[in-house]
Amino acid sequence: MAGRVSFGSDLVTDIESPADEDGVHDSFSQLIQEQCHDLHDVIEMTPLDVEQESRDDFMYMEAPGYQRSDSDGPQQTDHLIGERWSSDTLKVLSSMPSRTIGRSRGAIISQYCNRTMQLRRHRQSRPSIQHFPRSARPSIRGYRVETDGAGFEEEESKRERLVNNLQNLSAHDRVRVLRAMPLSVAEKKELRMLVLNKAEHSVSQSQIPCCSQLKYYIIIALRHGWYGWLSFLSSLQLWQTALKCVGGRFGTGVLSYFVFLRTLLFFNVFLFLVTGLFLVVPQAIAHPEQNITVSSTWGLEVLTGAGYFSHSLLYYGYYSNQKLQTGHSCPPSKNVTSCSPGLSYNMPLVYFFTIGAAFFITCIILVYSMSKSFGQSFRIDKSKGLLAIKVFSSWDFKVIKKSSVRLQRANIGTQLKELVAEVNRQELKFPVLQRLCRLLIHMVAWIMCLAIIIASVLAVYYFSEHMHKDLIRTHASSSDPLLKEASLLAVPVVVSSINLLLPGFFNAVAWMEEYDSPSVLNYVSISRNLLLKVSVLGVLCYHWLGRVASDPHSLGLECWESFVGQELYRFLLMDFVFMLLDTFFGEFLWRLFSQKALKRKRKPVFDIARNVLELIYGQSLAWLGVLFSPLLPAVQIIKLLFLFYMKKVSLMMNCQASGKPWRACQMTTIFITLLCFPAFLGAAVCVTYTMWTMSPSKSCGPFRGLRTMFQAGKLWVQELAEVNPNLQWLASAHTYLVENPLFLFLSAGIFLIVIYFHSQVVDGQRKIIELLQEQIENEGEDKKFLITRLQDIHERKKGVTPRRVKGASEDSSYS
Amino acid sequence: MGNKQTIFTDEQLDAYQDCTFFTRKEILRLHGRYHELAPHLVPMDYTNDPDVKVPLALIVNMPELKENPFRNRIVESFSEDGQGNLSFNDFVDMFSVLSEMAPRELKAIYAFKIYDFNVDNYICKEDLEKTLNKLTKEELTPEEVNLVCEKAIEEADLDGDNKLSFADFENMITRAPDFLSTFHIRI
Repeated sequence: MAGRVSFGSDLVTDIESPADEDGVHDSFSQLIQEQCHDLHDVIEMTPLDVEQESRDDFMYMEAPGYQRSDSDGPQQTDHLIGERWSSDTLKVLSSMPSRTIGRSRGAIISQYCNRTMQLRRHRQSRPSIQHFPRSARPSIRGYRVETDGAGFEEEESKRERLVNNLQNLSAHDRVRVLRAMPLSVAEKKELRMLVLNKAEHSVSQSQIPCCSQLKYYIIIALRHGWYGWLSFLSSLQLWQTALKCVGGRFGTGVLSYFVFLRTLLFFNVFLFLVTGLFLVVPQAIAHPEQNITVSSTWGLEVLTGAGYFSHSLLYYGYYSNQKLQTGHSCPPSKNVTSCSPGLSYNMPLVYFFTIGAAFFITCIILVYSMSKSFGQSFRIDKSKGLLAIKVFSSWDFKVIKKSSVRLQRANIGTQLKELVAEVNRQELKFPVLQRLCRLLIHMVAWIMCLAIIIASVLAVYYFSEHMHKDLIRTHASSSDPLLKEASLLAVPVVVSSINLLLPGFFNAVAWMEEYDSPSVLNYVSISRNLLLKVSVLGVLCYHWLGRVASDPHSLGLECWESFVGQELYRFLLMDFVFMLLDTFFGEFLWRLFSQKALKRKRKPVFDIARNVLELIYGQSLAWLGVLFSPLLPAVQIIKLLFLFYMKKVSLMMNCQASGKPWRACQMTTIFITLLCFPAFLGAAVCVTYTMWTMSPSKSCGPFRGLRTMFQAGKLWVQELAEVNPNLQWLASAHTYLVENPLFLFLSAGIFLIVIYFHSQVVDGQRKIIELLQEQIENEGEDKKFLITRLQDIHERKKGVTPRRVKGASEDSSYS
Repeated sequence: MGNKQTIFTDEQLDAYQDCTFFTRKEILRLHGRYHELAPHLVPMDYTNDPDVKVPLALIVNMPELKENPFRNRIVESFSEDGQGNLSFNDFVDMFSVLSEMAPRELKAIYAFKIYDFNVDNYICKEDLEKTLNKLTKEELTPEEVNLVCEKAIEEADLDGDNKLSFADFENMITRAPDFLSTFHIRI
């Protein structure tokens, strides 16, 4: 390896010769050849040293160095100590490309000149493997970096070229490149001005026909408009100061909870806008005929969502199944001429497509943000080098408050100590008994948690069955309506209290166990919580779809969808109430108790994982309920707004920053993944199941009279085909593609194959990364070799070693 | 836009928008913050690009930087003269690089500059020792500091010269998923 160094002959001529003495050599190889002559003789004089170093590649260099130095450390570091280097070596070193990256303006300009050139040629895609040069350092990466030994004129011409390249890029690319340049803002502004002047100059000079001049002005106007829109969006940045305050005091971990809350709020706003615009507003404008008596007494409406609210826009049952007309609605007959002319709005179709489109777009946004998050937080290669990473990336620059800064310092110090201790000590072989003991405790803890989860699930199952039967019974009898309404709240209260108390129990169990690292503890508690919530939601879904929907008349319900919508409203509201109670008791009173009674100095710590899982649970309820209650996102929005301020106030008053490390990036990815997979997917599956198989109520809602909700789409397609025979293909496409499960299986299979291919590509890239790292190490060895030889040659020439014996050359160093 | 402001011309604001990650409103807000650092020094009217620099001592008193152990290095890395005196352009540059939207590469370049205390384009052992001392103050004993430095260099140094060049640093930072979120100051 050391022998396969090849130098172009122009290398030395570009750089000032390291030897300022007579006898200038043309190439390094000649120098080294000459060096060989001398060394060989030195070796003959000192056989002892040679024997010692004979295995080493650097032996011909070490021999003279070994003579000179007195230290007995590893031989090569002697030559690499900077103080020993001559000024010429240093001059050579300072012109090396790796030193000039990001340092001088000339180097940056030439680097970006090349980058923009590539950008011009093709949109910047991932460079394919065959374009990687032999020495592929990550930051050089195929861009030719030039030394800053280039003179002033060179810089000017490079600048010209950069300006030209920038001019030819699209405006968006240009802005992106400008922003990413590591130059100062003043220089960037200058470059930009040059580019724009040139553009204007070229525009005014040439005889452009008026239409492309118009196009030019339109583009400028669009850009201004786009900037204005971006400004407006950023001014809408909700809670910017509040987030800064929280981040400044508690750091990135707790901040991620609030950022997650804000993300959920945006999802709900989007849902609300879609359903509001397409469903609620048209329905509100065109009142259907209502011949249902509404009880006029106000009971627990806000809590139960029943009573006065049950025949309102809030629920599915209110929506008409006919084409809404401005004026009066038109009977669903094939004879369209009997309708009065006006705007017709096919409500069932719109309902079906709105819900479908809302879910589809939410799915896309979720998957996109999940994959972006994944890309940032989980890197391909295994992370070794944790210590260095910890030193450079663990200080959270957002933390402002003095006490939090102190805490962060202590935190980082502890982590570093732990890492160093881990590095030093050997793999502690715990005695077998102790390990067995720990394993046993873990098993016991898991069994306890699973047992209590199963117990609570069964409790919910039987209790809901009991309440169901109770409801059937009391429906017949005329008992106190208030009591009847209150009994509707029983199941939500039970479920919410289970959700509140059980995580506390899990925490207690985890306290009894011993974990190797806090992140494992986090994962375990998250998975336990998740298991609980998923199973409870599963049982509830079965209760609604399996029991209520299959036999609605036993409850005297004409409209089971509205009832399910009401149930979901109740659950959402009870969840909120219990979160309020939890904040009050769990945080406020606990702090008072722990400070006054237990006399602890530290305030309680904000439990991030638990709170985020609560948010995910609430959001899955909202997603489940959109089909049955189009205004449910609005309720969720109000709830989230309240929750934000409440949690923030409670946080500021009652909690303090945690002493444990919290890997915010990975945790955020996990939370988004949990939001997408169990929560959204489960809700989507439930809704799809409902639309596909459940038969809608016969007397209410937009799908009354149809076999399934899905029929709305099918009927519309058939109608289209009848009206316009050319669209017959659409009807047959619908029958064979959309309704046929085989097609869906095929497309799912194709997706899986594509995913498999991509994962194989990732594997291949991982291997390439390893190879490249090896190459970097080799290059480093080469560099070491060269530096020592340079230094050697210089010292030799200066006559430091008096020995100059001629002898035969030896070429074995290059085998 | 709607309200007429007289601090910058529209062209200047467009230039700032193109060259940094901030919008017009944010740049005006930044100017307000810059002004309140030294009200007698910083003019309200920037239309003719005055050449005003606020000294280091005033800038590190900002609440966002006051408790940051690297505050001096941060300000020095973004100053033209290397002494920490920031003009408004440098001020905006600093917060733009430290904002949420700056890409990883850009942040890595400036983070390298910040941690390179002796400005020799390498993070050598002394730089690392200084970094550690600032990070942990009195938490670690000198032996532990030494050990951490050696181990860190061993882990991150790829080309074997016992100090971290920018290539080594960048390679290590790409494996640190938290870097983007920690190297971030909200203004």
